[in-house]
Amino acid sequence: MQIFKPSSTATLTAQKSVVNNLNFYYGSYQALKNIDMVVYEKQVTALIGPSGCGKSTFLRCFNRMHDLYPHNNYEGEIILYPDNENILSREVDPIEVRMRISMVFQKPNPFPKSIFENVAYGLRIRGVKRRSILEEKVENALRNAALWEEVKDRLGDLAFNLSGGQQQRLCIARALATDPEILLFDEPTSALDPIATASIEELISDLRNKVTILIVTHNMQQAARVSDYTAYMYMGELIEFGATDTIFIKPKNKKTEDYITGRFG
Amino acid sequence: MAMNHSDNLNEIRAIIAYHKRWDLLALIAGIVALMIAVLTFIALFGNMIIDGMPRLTWEFFTSFPSRKPEAAGILSAWVGTTLIMLVTAAAAVPLGVAAGVYLEEYAPKNLITEIIEINVTNLAGVPSIIYGLLALGLFVYELGLGQSILSAGLTLALLILPIVIVATREAIRSIPVSIREGAYALGATKWQTVADHVIPYSAPGILTGVIIGLARAIGETAPIITIGALTFIAFLPPSPIQDEFPFVSFEWLMEPFTVMPIQMFNWISRPQEAFQHNAAAAGLVLVVMTLLMNGLAIYLRYRLRKKIKW
Ligand SMILES: Nc1ncnc2c1ncn2[C@@H]1O[C@H](COP(=O)(O)OP(=O)(O)O)[C@@H](O)[C@H]1O
Ligand SMILES: [Mg+2]
Repeated sequence: MQIFKPSSTATLTAQKSVVNNLNFYYGSYQALKNIDMVVYEKQVTALIGPSGCGKSTFLRCFNRMHDLYPHNNYEGEIILYPDNENILSREVDPIEVRMRISMVFQKPNPFPKSIFENVAYGLRIRGVKRRSILEEKVENALRNAALWEEVKDRLGDLAFNLSGGQQQRLCIARALATDPEILLFDEPTSALDPIATASIEELISDLRNKVTILIVTHNMQQAARVSDYTAYMYMGELIEFGATDTIFIKPKNKKTEDYITGRFG
Repeated sequence: MAMNHSDNLNEIRAIIAYHKRWDLLALIAGIVALMIAVLTFIALFGNMIIDGMPRLTWEFFTSFPSRKPEAAGILSAWVGTTLIMLVTAAAAVPLGVAAGVYLEEYAPKNLITEIIEINVTNLAGVPSIIYGLLALGLFVYELGLGQSILSAGLTLALLILPIVIVATREAIRSIPVSIREGAYALGATKWQTVADHVIPYSAPGILTGVIIGLARAIGETAPIITIGALTFIAFLPPSPIQDEFPFVSFEWLMEPFTVMPIQMFNWISRPQEAFQHNAAAAGLVLVVMTLLMNGLAIYLRYRLRKKIKW
């Protein structure tokens, strides 16, 4: 399998987002504890850690997904640059946040609509009506998701007719179509076979210079392959964060080292 | 414990044989119960076919009722039934879908919502004549709609409303969370998610519920009699489609009417044998209408479910 190495200029890039002292509660259960982290612009940041440590919970703070359900509470800040806005603030509409930050889910979740309409949906709810603009943006998104060649002759087909890997790339195209500032991935390959997984990983590597990416993975090899930065989480806490090379070669924290060397996890 | 090996085995076999006797008894009891149901159906339906079949001619569908049994037909009854079903569907679908969507998507989960939910479920069990009484007071007198097709259609709409609401809610609940979250994650508002995803994807289930509701409404007699259906009507309401501008007319809504089950009831209560045959023929038509509707519901569910697989 091909290995995708992060660019060596990793440390020179701007900050896209800064997380300050983030706490998150499902009712009375605290799922995230005092998290501080930086998301660098046009870089891939991986969130790793054992199952149940809060990776998805953390990721879903970035697009305010938790606002959909009652009794969820955020404390702290996620500042988005360059406008220096705390997207967790009560004054900020979660819909506005979701329009700026897209998400790809664990299991491919295309809508039971045509391939074209799946990708166009985000544009439509932003008020794009002109057929020519829709067609152009859909094509661009599908190209960026490395799906265009496979589907260009059947854009009207139902999305369910695609293979699992194609469906996930369709969901990536759907998320890309609206030019998001950050693209969130929650274990995007966990429901896919190894070949489809490799193609998604390759795609993420190709996207790294176009969009800021935050990816949850329980697969450490995947984090090592695709990411520039890695955050290791354990029981709701961020244990260690740094350049992926450093984290994987000489982690500072004993817990990180144990997890990475497979002594636990 | 040194129990003899073959003794042990014999004991097990005896227990199994004893238990299997109960298997057999349960099987026989089940078959007997089933045969009673099947035989009842065959007896009812077979009798109706024998009595009614000879009367099922073209004229039977195109003739008004008459004092002469051999000239009487079900024209005013099937037209009345059809028009009332139109009104029922037109009223029950938007109301039922809106209520179902509200309960599933918008209503806060609290005591009031729970009470409303229990009420909706209980409404389905209220005897239909109660609906008739309510409608007589509300539609016929209070709102002044009279003993009209409109009153009857609205009454039956109330009657099947719980069925439509429950079907809508079940259809909505079968949409996976991941689809909903997919829409929200793209920045959709609640209404956009409902209008673009929730309602379209639950349409097959809703449609099935509507048809099952209509199949129940089509045979309802008590509430229709209560609000004052006529038992003898020898004219048709004005056609909804006119050949003069504005080409549609809603005059038919306010017309008196009769329906299939009432026409049947009217004939059954006549002493002449020949009218009994007319009643059987009308019953046959009604049963076939109901079966066709249920068949359509099953077919639609099968077809549309195949397209949307979660
Ligand atoms: N909706 C929820 N309500 C209550 N607790 C939850 C909910 N979702 C997740 N949790 C809990 O929060 C913790 C973190 O979960 P999650 O973020 O899904 O972990 P991960 O993605 O790292 O496997 C777990 O202990 C989980 O049981
Ligand atoms: Mg997770």
